[in-house]
Amino acid sequence: MIELKNTSMLFGAGTVNENLALKEINLKVKEGDFITVIGSNGAGKSTLFNLIAGTIIPTTGSISVNNIDVTREPEYRRARYIGRIFQNPLLGTASNMSLEDNMMITYRKGFKWLKRSLNSKMREFFRKELIQLKMGLEERMKENLAMFSGGQRQALTLLMMVLSKPALVLLDEHTAALDPKNAAIVLELTDKFIKEYKLTSMMITHNMSHAIEYGNRLLMMDKGEIIFDIEGDEKKALTVEKLIAKFHELRHANFENDRALLTEE
Amino acid sequence: MIEGILVEGLIYGIMVLGVFITFRILDFPDLTVDGSFPLGAALMVQGILLGYNGWVALLMAFVGGVMAGVVTAIIHNHLKVPNLLAGILTMTMLYSINIRILGNRANVPLLNQDTILSSVSTRFAGIVPDEYLLLVFFIIVVLVIKLLIDQFFRTDLGMTMGAMGNNEQMVISQGVNPKTLKTIGVGLSNGLVAVSGAFAAQYLGFADVGLGQGIIISGLASVMIGEFLVMKSNKIGVLTLCAIMGSILFHGVMYLGRYYGYLINMTPNDLNLIKGLLIIVLLVLTQSRKLKKFAAKAMVSK
Ligand SMILES: Nc1ncnc2c1ncn2[C@@H]1O[C@H](COP(=O)(O)OP(=O)(O)OP(=O)(O)O)[C@@H](O)[C@H]1O
Ligand SMILES: [Mg+2]
Repeated sequence: MIELKNTSMLFGAGTVNENLALKEINLKVKEGDFITVIGSNGAGKSTLFNLIAGTIIPTTGSISVNNIDVTREPEYRRARYIGRIFQNPLLGTASNMSLEDNMMITYRKGFKWLKRSLNSKMREFFRKELIQLKMGLEERMKENLAMFSGGQRQALTLLMMVLSKPALVLLDEHTAALDPKNAAIVLELTDKFIKEYKLTSMMITHNMSHAIEYGNRLLMMDKGEIIFDIEGDEKKALTVEKLIAKFHELRHANFENDRALLTEE
Repeated sequence: MIEGILVEGLIYGIMVLGVFITFRILDFPDLTVDGSFPLGAALMVQGILLGYNGWVALLMAFVGGVMAGVVTAIIHNHLKVPNLLAGILTMTMLYSINIRILGNRANVPLLNQDTILSSVSTRFAGIVPDEYLLLVFFIIVVLVIKLLIDQFFRTDLGMTMGAMGNNEQMVISQGVNPKTLKTIGVGLSNGLVAVSGAFAAQYLGFADVGLGQGIIISGLASVMIGEFLVMKSNKIGVLTLCAIMGSILFHGVMYLGRYYGYLINMTPNDLNLIKGLLIIVLLVLTQSRKLKKFAAKAMVSK
């Protein structure tokens, strides 16, 4: 479904800060994949998502969706079939507007016209969907989002994203800014929604056990490369120990170093 | 006196609504206003002098204002010029354009011409007492404009624009080009500003290229006074009402300065200083209010 061919990303070309953040990446994301992405800081995980989403344009190589080249398609156009959630819960919702307004804005992708879609039928639909979050948000639909906690906003962003029925979901450490309890709730919801709606998804995490527990496929990135890509039964048999061992086998890196970089808890 | 303040507050209130849209909803500090206000005045006066119906001239003023705003948005969007500079560029160019519209003159009076205001006066004379005629007329005009704006921001397009100033990423993630929204928003805003200028010209009886000088500061001060009236609201109807109230209060303050300023040795030339100081005081007050709220929150969470 999504295919990256020899895709590289070079930042600051020709300057002292020149940085090859991605090195000739080749990746095929199949329909229905739920891929967890793991790797140390600066490995290029977010850069990979930025390329897929169209936030940045690759220096070389191409990106295609269903065999159509989208390498130069602007971010806002690709957003019509990509649902993306960031680490910062504030990026998914508008603080200055009510919950129901936020849900209405994100319900349908693409340009909006002078139609008034927010009516009592729509509100009833939103209320029913909000109940799934089990956060009592269905009683607070007129409240400003500035009044909600980061966890509530991230759960809401997740629900709104799912309701817009994206073909591909990109989650960039979307629970990292939340406290452990809320992080667990949002992660459970994520898994539930992805399974229920059969969403093709990619999820960046720094938590090795989450990367192993969730999804059908795992990518490990290091220094701008995908060094490890497993799926199916092989992925099911993975443990944190095996993952660390695999990393050493491939990179011959110092154990203490990367233990600090990849949390296993 | 009080009707005078109210009428002025309402006429300039239309401009304040425009400034509110750019500064507050789009988070796009737009200085085109100083040029689009006299543009509206010039188009109105010249339209009437050319024999057009007052409402047609008003429509021309609106369209002219929209075009001015669109130019600013295009400069900003496509040449990657910061929004402040894009506005200044358009404003500067408009100065020359406005003089051209006025037939290479800086000031054109509307002597004994049929304007919207004069036709309203003749039609409703006797029904509404003379001294309140303009007031009633402008209450209706501003109310209609306010309600139209409220309706616009309740549509899907308007709501998405509402998210713009707070969270541009969210708009992009929705598959909407933020450049398009900025163009629509800044265009609409300047259209309103030009309409305000068109009414001001009829009220004053002339169009002058200098009419727009410092308008943006008046607009901003009015918006801020209006915001000071209520605690944060997420209801568009409340926000637009506050902007209009802010405009009326601002004109009240300016009126006092103009006619009673001599009591403290002030001259009309000091008004610009007063406007600036007013904004600074409002900024300080809002900051300290925010800090207090913040402190209160911190106390609660402890
Ligand atoms: N816009 C940019 N301009 C210049 N350099 C960038 C830019 N974005 C990322 N980089 C660099 O590219 C490299 C990869 O960054 P990236 O954000 O993809 O890492 P990551 O794997 O997401 O790390 P983390 O786990 O810390 O989020 C880093 O060295 C970073 O400094
Ligand atoms: Mg990252």
